[in-house]
Amino acid sequence: MKRILPFLVLILAIGYLASSLFSRRQTTEFDLEGFGKLPVLVNGRLKPMDTVARTSLLMFQGRQAVKNPAGAPLKPVAWLLDVLFRPELADHYQHFEIVHPDVLAMFNLTTEQGAAKKRFSYAQLSGKLGELDRQAQLAAQTEAPVRTPFQKAVVDLREHLVLYNRLKQSLVLPDSANPLDDYMAFQKGLEAGVAAIRAREQKLPFDEAAANATLALGQKFEFMANMGYLLAVPPPENNPDPNAWKPVGAVLLETIQTRQLNASAMAYAGMAHAWRLQQSEHFNTIVKLFRKTLEGRYGERLEKSDIETSFNAAEPFYRSMVLYLCAFLGAVVSWLFSREVLGRSAFLLMTLAWIATTVGIGIRMWLEGRPPVTNLYSSALFVGWGAVGLCLILEFVYRNAIGSAAGGMVGFCTLVIAHYLSLSGDTLEMMRAVLDSNFWLATHVVVVTIGYSATYLAGFLALIYVFRGVFTRSLDAQSADAINRMVYGIICFATLFSLVGTVLGGIWADQSWGRFWGWDPKENGALIIVLWNGLILHARWGGMVKARGLMSLAIFGNIVTSWSWFGTNMLGVGLHSYGFMDSAFYALLLFALSQLLAIGIGCLPEHRWRSFTSRANPAPQKPVSPVAA
Amino acid sequence: MRELRQSFLSFFVSLRLTVVLLALSIVLVFWATLAQVKLGVWGVQEHFFRTFFVFGKLPGTDIPVPLYPGGYFLGGLLLANLLAAHIQRFRLSWKKSGILLTHLGLMLLLVGELMSGLWQEDFQMRLDEGETRNYSESFRLNELVVVDATDAEWDDVVAIPESLLAKNQEIQHPKLPFRVAIRAYFPNAQLQMKDPNTPAPDTGVPALATRDIGTQVSVTPLRITYRDNERNLPAAFVELIGPEGSLGVWLASTMITQAQRFDYGGRTWKLQFRFEREYKPFALSLLDFSHDRYPGTEIPKNFSSRIRLKTEDGKVDREVLIYMNNPLRYDGLTFYQAGFENNDRTTVLQVVRNPSWLLPYISCALMSVGLLIQFGLHLVGFVRRRASAAAAAA
Repeated sequence: MKRILPFLVLILAIGYLASSLFSRRQTTEFDLEGFGKLPVLVNGRLKPMDTVARTSLLMFQGRQAVKNPAGAPLKPVAWLLDVLFRPELADHYQHFEIVHPDVLAMFNLTTEQGAAKKRFSYAQLSGKLGELDRQAQLAAQTEAPVRTPFQKAVVDLREHLVLYNRLKQSLVLPDSANPLDDYMAFQKGLEAGVAAIRAREQKLPFDEAAANATLALGQKFEFMANMGYLLAVPPPENNPDPNAWKPVGAVLLETIQTRQLNASAMAYAGMAHAWRLQQSEHFNTIVKLFRKTLEGRYGERLEKSDIETSFNAAEPFYRSMVLYLCAFLGAVVSWLFSREVLGRSAFLLMTLAWIATTVGIGIRMWLEGRPPVTNLYSSALFVGWGAVGLCLILEFVYRNAIGSAAGGMVGFCTLVIAHYLSLSGDTLEMMRAVLDSNFWLATHVVVVTIGYSATYLAGFLALIYVFRGVFTRSLDAQSADAINRMVYGIICFATLFSLVGTVLGGIWADQSWGRFWGWDPKENGALIIVLWNGLILHARWGGMVKARGLMSLAIFGNIVTSWSWFGTNMLGVGLHSYGFMDSAFYALLLFALSQLLAIGIGCLPEHRWRSFTSRANPAPQKPVSPVAA
Repeated sequence: MRELRQSFLSFFVSLRLTVVLLALSIVLVFWATLAQVKLGVWGVQEHFFRTFFVFGKLPGTDIPVPLYPGGYFLGGLLLANLLAAHIQRFRLSWKKSGILLTHLGLMLLLVGELMSGLWQEDFQMRLDEGETRNYSESFRLNELVVVDATDAEWDDVVAIPESLLAKNQEIQHPKLPFRVAIRAYFPNAQLQMKDPNTPAPDTGVPALATRDIGTQVSVTPLRITYRDNERNLPAAFVELIGPEGSLGVWLASTMITQAQRFDYGGRTWKLQFRFEREYKPFALSLLDFSHDRYPGTEIPKNFSSRIRLKTEDGKVDREVLIYMNNPLRYDGLTFYQAGFENNDRTTVLQVVRNPSWLLPYISCALMSVGLLIQFGLHLVGFVRRRASAAAAAA
């Protein structure tokens, strides 16, 4: 039984991972998946509607789950379809998160009126949009990094509402009962309408009704062209630029010259009509036909779009986060009760989660055609990936569940950080020109990020040492010695990678800007990590610190690394500030304080360490074999 | 005496010193990073790294007091520490080679940074489309120039660097038939046209100018700025004094971009305060600047400048494309795309001369090899020990 149990756990975990792939069976007769896979150009990238839906929801409310007013859960794509095609319904969905009490007061709302006391609908907000505009304009006069929480909240909320309104203007005329009819009427009345407008300009008698009808719709189309968020209409076959996608409003306006209605615009109008009437057969046919028109020229892009949709649904990072947490708990419990079964299960769970994140990162790389680290979000994924990779090696060598515990913890924490970073929008962004160099991204950035991983790992191993040693009796001499060696080895590794990575960064700077070192905040951050790791090694070599001192220094490495990773981005200066962020400052501060506290605990005199006092008067304890036979 | 020498030596070779210096360096770098928000990257280099001490001012006065060891101090001590330790403990062995190589690389890196601190030069070249220039301009230093412009074909330039102006002295130059006396100097100042209908506001600066545009302008001194995206615009009241007396007082400022002309001694002169120039034996012309964005966004995808490079002797005459991560290297200079202005019609190139550019490459190679050897040996030893321990346990 003891041998089989870990594998049962593994099979269960595999089932958990795989369930996300199979749960996508159609629950309605609508081909939501087909619509979700349709590509649109947003923020410089062709991406599936599914991604648009998910990132919009994440931005509005920090999560992808959404319900209609009746309380029925909606898939993100179904939600997007309602926003695009049935805005009068979507206006009542509570999907805007507002937590600042002053912002709520501005809208005369109380928390009781919101879903989960914090989410509100567009209809609830629409009465006071003018005031929101005014407040956001006032806030915009303050530079972003120094805005107050209220100012940040109004600016964010306004951005979200603008995005929501832009989505509504993206695919079809939003307030039309049947856009198809309206388009045809526009096309049909065009001849007379244009003639009437010309006549009016020349002060001749003219048909006022015809002129007004054409003008009214024309203005609406123009509004759509300016506001539409999605560039949803592919360029015509004879346009050599495959990226010249246009908003639907723009091609509707072109009707005035061509007198022809654009086929893509018509297709979207057809989908809208079918969705409004909830005619699934019509809807599915139009989606299928529209996709066919793209297959020739955009076949490869469609493939990416399909994979991205499956990737979104599989949520590899979210599910790995859960597995990492289980691995961490399993490993910790295995020490307290010396259950090897649990330790082995933890190891298998960590391995599985690591494989899942590896696949996830691999897919992201393939979608982007870039090395793994391109922005702050992907650096969080990669820091976790690197650290857990090292833990796998440690665990493989030592088999004492310490690697699993550290790996579970680092993996979990970095994925949580990644989740919060993903709230600002699509995580597959286009590279800004300064950073657009695959060679240096693949060398300097990757090596430096591995340096971060290793420094964190050393810190987390040290945390394990301190907490196990002080609060439990489980840190026997063998484990203590093992952690000591691990921390030392990992710091050596961290020194190598952070030093080489930093110098490579200097060489990139020399290649691109003709100078090796510019004392830019990000460079300084990397330098501080190198110096800190160097300090630890020299202090150990010089006999200035022993095991417990080494642990305290390694824990402080967590603060140093966090400063370099996030703190430098908060300064808002320098060439490198690739991931601008301002709200995480307090989280960083809190983390630093917690680490200082841990160092304080680690500095307690030895007789306060439960493990060490128990070793002096050894309690009867079953010896744990360090190497599982 | 011997004891003293011994204790002196053991201080310099000790690992304790290394650790203390590393800790002090970390604090310095961290402090400098925070200070950058206010001082900007240049100010920080000046105040923290390219100095022996970080100075502060006694509260309420302008008296500088050293607060903390600066970059030269800590870097110098680290270098000494490294050298001393290696001389003292030097033994050529395979086992030590990793450490030795790493530290050798580190020394080179420190020396390289010192050298580039001393000799690196940064300039900017601003080119409008179609414009040709054979000089770059400093973005921090300025100069007062007096030009003999009598000959329409060529100018005879006497340039006085700003550092000399700050001393408020009289300057004499063999090429000039008059002395240049600085009556007042402001490192950063705002100029404003005086309105003849309203009395001029009191800016604390007496209106000294008697000649040219200076008589119509009021000067307001400003704080010195260290921000990366701002520059100081200095101004000075300059009196020219010939053998037979004063010619008058001019107001010179980098805000006055037109040179002020006057005639004296049968020759035509021009007076101008301008960004310090570095002339080159070649000229660059901007043929085309382009700024691509990702479709449907304002995210910059690429900036590029198509440049024509032509030397004075005509031996080099070719077109080059400078874009992000792809600078032009010519004549010991690196020209990289730093920015753009004027609705994408003006390119801003950064021009850098860094004679010690090769050192970091060598030190990078040395350190990587050194660390690989060092930690590789560790790893091999560790694996061996474990293998034998496992064999013993079995």
